[in-house]
Amino acid sequence: MSPASPSSIPSPTVAPAGAPKGARIIAITSGKGGVGKTFVSANLAAALTRRGLRVLVLDADLGLANLDVVLNLYPKTTLHDVFTGKSALDEAVIEAPGGFSVLLAGSGMVEYSRLTPEVRTQFLNVIQTLAPRFDVILLDTGAGISDVVLFSVSLASEVIIVATPEPTSLTDAYAAIKVLAMQQKRQHVRMVINQTLRPGDGRAITGQLQQVLERFVATDSGRPLRLIHMGDIPADPTVREAVMRRQLLLLQVPGCPAALAIGQLAGKVEETMLARPA
Amino acid sequence: MASTTPPLPVDLRDLRLETACALAGQAGSAIPPPGMAPAPFLQGLIDRLCDLSLKDPLTGLANRRHFQAVLDAEIDRVARSGEAALLLMLDIDHFKQVNDTHGHVAGDRVLQSVARTLAQCVRPMDTLARYGGEEFAIIMPACQAAFGKTVAERIRRAVAEAPVQIAPGTWLEVSISIGGAYAMQWIRSSPVLWTDRADHQLYLAKAAGRNRVCIEPQPDSTVSAEEKGMLFEPLYTPSDWGALGAMNHSGNAP
Repeated sequence: MSPASPSSIPSPTVAPAGAPKGARIIAITSGKGGVGKTFVSANLAAALTRRGLRVLVLDADLGLANLDVVLNLYPKTTLHDVFTGKSALDEAVIEAPGGFSVLLAGSGMVEYSRLTPEVRTQFLNVIQTLAPRFDVILLDTGAGISDVVLFSVSLASEVIIVATPEPTSLTDAYAAIKVLAMQQKRQHVRMVINQTLRPGDGRAITGQLQQVLERFVATDSGRPLRLIHMGDIPADPTVREAVMRRQLLLLQVPGCPAALAIGQLAGKVEETMLARPA
Repeated sequence: MASTTPPLPVDLRDLRLETACALAGQAGSAIPPPGMAPAPFLQGLIDRLCDLSLKDPLTGLANRRHFQAVLDAEIDRVARSGEAALLLMLDIDHFKQVNDTHGHVAGDRVLQSVARTLAQCVRPMDTLARYGGEEFAIIMPACQAAFGKTVAERIRRAVAEAPVQIAPGTWLEVSISIGGAYAMQWIRSSPVLWTDRADHQLYLAKAAGRNRVCIEPQPDSTVSAEEKGMLFEPLYTPSDWGALGAMNHSGNAP
């Protein structure tokens, strides 16, 4: 499958570059902030690394980056230094606990939260340069549907939306899915439901969202956008403790229910999203 | 807040105002009459110069500078209010041919005539500007997504139906192509990106044969009460969901 054309967010100044060679690019996004998007990105990266894959997490939340906080990293060099020409890209790619690579946005990136043609070009260049060295690139995007988010999502061949069962999170996830269906002409979007209370809740919620989509969202192709349920992460007090200590759940408490769920999620991601044709 | 200190006395004879007065006079606006008190005289002159710096001399429309300022302000307003705002870029079709065939005076007549027609099509709250050359732009605040195409289409038709007299007895049919894009709602985007998007639609309109309108489809991120209702009813009772799903499939949902 080829990545959605970047022109789906209209970008007359940046020609669609075609599929970057190498890594499968997966955007991890959410309609609402604070639903565990960065937590899922970091731990999923660790779980995929454990399965033998070369993984890069790119902090694409240019306005409000906090992957460094989640991973307890104090990077000397960030994407900001690369964009401003202070550092080479290689210096900014660092190893995170968990054995995967990260490229952190850096706090100065707030000035890049307005998507200008220059930012688009630089962002595209970074991804194209790094893609051959990895099997998977996870784009940890900002929340919502700002043009920076829509642009970074448009670079990915697959999208995972993280939502919690809370009504506000679901409404915002639904709004984001609608925009992805109409503006980016996505055929499918994958769902991870975080902080579920009972087994089966996540699948039910995904089904629920699918029903509303089929009823209200018309696509050009006439076929409704398909939501693929990738898994639930159960509400688990251990997660909060790990987050507060700024540790990777998968390393610190690998046997807790949430960590086990992320391990399963990684299996499903590898199986359904990374399998290459022979 | 108004300052309570008394105004400084200004003697107009100490100022060199000849150039400023001449400039305001050239632009066709009346110069404040001499003998006026210094403060209202200067205010009048400054107002005319400001006016002058914001207008395109040939067409009398807003110039590029004024357009950019309004665009910047509109981006910030929409980011905060979530209102729908439409940007149209309009370009006269085959304008170079007019200049080449009939001369630049005729070209200027066409520009002025199209500008007049456009001015009749917009609301007082809209900003109509000469963007450059034969290109115009209109910023339309509070323009609902459902009406954008109709409004732009009406403008296109108005120009197509108003031939321009370029010389006694010589009339020229003129058409324009229009591209449009809505501002991103609730989002602080950039004026460059917004203009880019509208320009891209203008390019599509030209490529599709000119004398037509292309407007970027608006991503609809609003969630209606009906959608919310359906989203939440059986939220915490997954067992109910199967029943609801079955109901919807057997029903007459579109």
